[in-house]
Amino acid sequence: MSHPVGPNAEGLRRDALIERLALFSLTGPALLLVTVTMLLPVGWLFWLSFLNDAGAFSLEHYHRMLVQPSYGRAFRMTFEISFITTAICIVLGYPLAYVLSQLPRRAANICMIAVMLPFWTSLLVRTYAWLVLLQRQGVINSWGMKLGLWDTPLALVHNLNGTLIGMVHIMLPFLVLPVYASMRAIDKDYLKAAANLGASPTRAFWLVFLPLSLPGLLAGSLMVFILCLGFYVTPAVLGGGKITMVANRIATDIELFFNWGAASSLGVVLFILTGIILYVASRIVRLDRLLGGGGA
Amino acid sequence: MARDAALPITVRQLTKSYGTLRVLDAVDVDVQRGEFLTLLGPSGSGKTTLLMMLAGFVRPDCGSIRFGDREVIRLEPHKRDVGMVFQNYALFPHMDVAANIAFPLKLRGVSKAETAQRVEQALELVKLGGYGARRIDQLSGGQRQRIALARAIVFEPRILLMDEPLSALDKQLREHMQIELRQLHERLGMTTVYVTHDQREALTMSDRIAVIDQGRIRQIDTPKVIYERPSNRFVAEFIGESTFVTVDVRAGECTFQGIPLALASQPARDGSHHLMIRPERLTILEDATPAGVNVLPATVTAAIYQGDSVLVQASLPGGTMVSVRTIASGRMPSIGEHLRVGLKASETYLLPADESAA
Repeated sequence: MSHPVGPNAEGLRRDALIERLALFSLTGPALLLVTVTMLLPVGWLFWLSFLNDAGAFSLEHYHRMLVQPSYGRAFRMTFEISFITTAICIVLGYPLAYVLSQLPRRAANICMIAVMLPFWTSLLVRTYAWLVLLQRQGVINSWGMKLGLWDTPLALVHNLNGTLIGMVHIMLPFLVLPVYASMRAIDKDYLKAAANLGASPTRAFWLVFLPLSLPGLLAGSLMVFILCLGFYVTPAVLGGGKITMVANRIATDIELFFNWGAASSLGVVLFILTGIILYVASRIVRLDRLLGGGGA
Repeated sequence: MARDAALPITVRQLTKSYGTLRVLDAVDVDVQRGEFLTLLGPSGSGKTTLLMMLAGFVRPDCGSIRFGDREVIRLEPHKRDVGMVFQNYALFPHMDVAANIAFPLKLRGVSKAETAQRVEQALELVKLGGYGARRIDQLSGGQRQRIALARAIVFEPRILLMDEPLSALDKQLREHMQIELRQLHERLGMTTVYVTHDQREALTMSDRIAVIDQGRIRQIDTPKVIYERPSNRFVAEFIGESTFVTVDVRAGECTFQGIPLALASQPARDGSHHLMIRPERLTILEDATPAGVNVLPATVTAAIYQGDSVLVQASLPGGTMVSVRTIASGRMPSIGEHLRVGLKASETYLLPADESAA
């Protein structure tokens, strides 16, 4: 890089540098916080996962994960539950986002508050609320039997059903928001053009609307899926001990066996798998578009 | 795409209100087979609403729209078979150029081979042969405009609608495209309804212009008649520059401040009338008065050099201000100078009296 010469060139260049440094310094507090509370502990845990009980370097924690089937089961269950939750969220959330996107903006904003409401309530509260609703003598079972819809109490909680119900409820806004945003961004003229060119409303949806909303749908699905991978409270409370996701397994390793190395290695593997999924997804859809949630 | 395939459009009593606001007020229009008709009006005049009703996107309160003999007012948009170019082109961003143009053919079940051939033909027609594989965001504004046009005509609709298709282009490209669109219309012969608020565009392109204001058609005629013989003051003011001078007609004799004027045509009745004066139809008379020219004395209040012309502001007897546009190579009049201004008798046009107040 050759510096231009001329009147005041040196001073102007210094001014530009100072401006950039001043701007960067605004990130200082956040950077410090992230370093102290995130990077250092995570790095430390990462390091722990390579130490055996004697404190020597070893891959025993990773080795145990391969040979003990219970670990494999936890990973499989984590991915299965995350996948099913994401699929249910899509089925419920996409039509909802579509309706919202077609409403006048004011009405849509009011309905959006209803979608956002769960966001503002503590996850723990919502999870215990579901426990109350879904249990054998809960509101849903007692009403269902009173109305004669079923005779014996349904097993709605302390199993996979309960876990899925709770997780879908918590995750739905994460799907609806990006999908709604990308649908709002779709110019109505595209649908008019499709109709004008001969597309019935159904075909216009499949050929034009759905493809244009796909980036938002992918962004939302990915967000839901990745957040699901780290779920702890909901499967712990609503799964009734039958549902062991990776996070639950980590908790067990620490609480029962006090084995930080084993717990850390689980975290590292989940972290890497999540990273791979994000990377693959970013190859399919441009990540900037995806995170921006834009449709057009 | 022969001319006989074009359909005439008959609009009757078309009405639409939003609350108390009458957007269209019992509009009647006839668009001839193969005609290029422009709907011209200020924003909010109802011209776009009328076009959207032809396409089927806005539901009227009542009225009738016929394409040929077929009543279409309750027909859904996708069954109307009209081509349309949108103001923002509305090209599908998730499809390449060829897929955009093939879209209407795909919906009509045209075979793959024929589709490919017709897409290429349409591209050739808009002078973008070989652009099929481009993405939409790789195209310039002018190219998008052409692709939108290609997509609107590839399925050979017998009616073509255009909603201010050139408004997003810069001036030079716009003027170029006006001529190109006009030529394309000559070749294809589709009945075309074109919406614009740009009077020059309307004058350049149209067979006829329908001037719309407040949901009503104020005049519908050829560009020449619209410009030279506007039937009311709104049309006269909306199209071109004009000044109105009050003149008296008594026993068929027209006078302005006591100066007798020869007229292009006799007004129907006596009384006070508005004489329409366009700046470029006035001349500054240097010496002799040519035959058939009305002469008005005027005092120069300003002379503005505008490159291709000089605009002279002058006051007539009685204080009415008029503008005179003259060629720039002539002498610049000085302020306060007394001039004689000439207006040909054949261009001395009085607005119809009953419309003057409109």
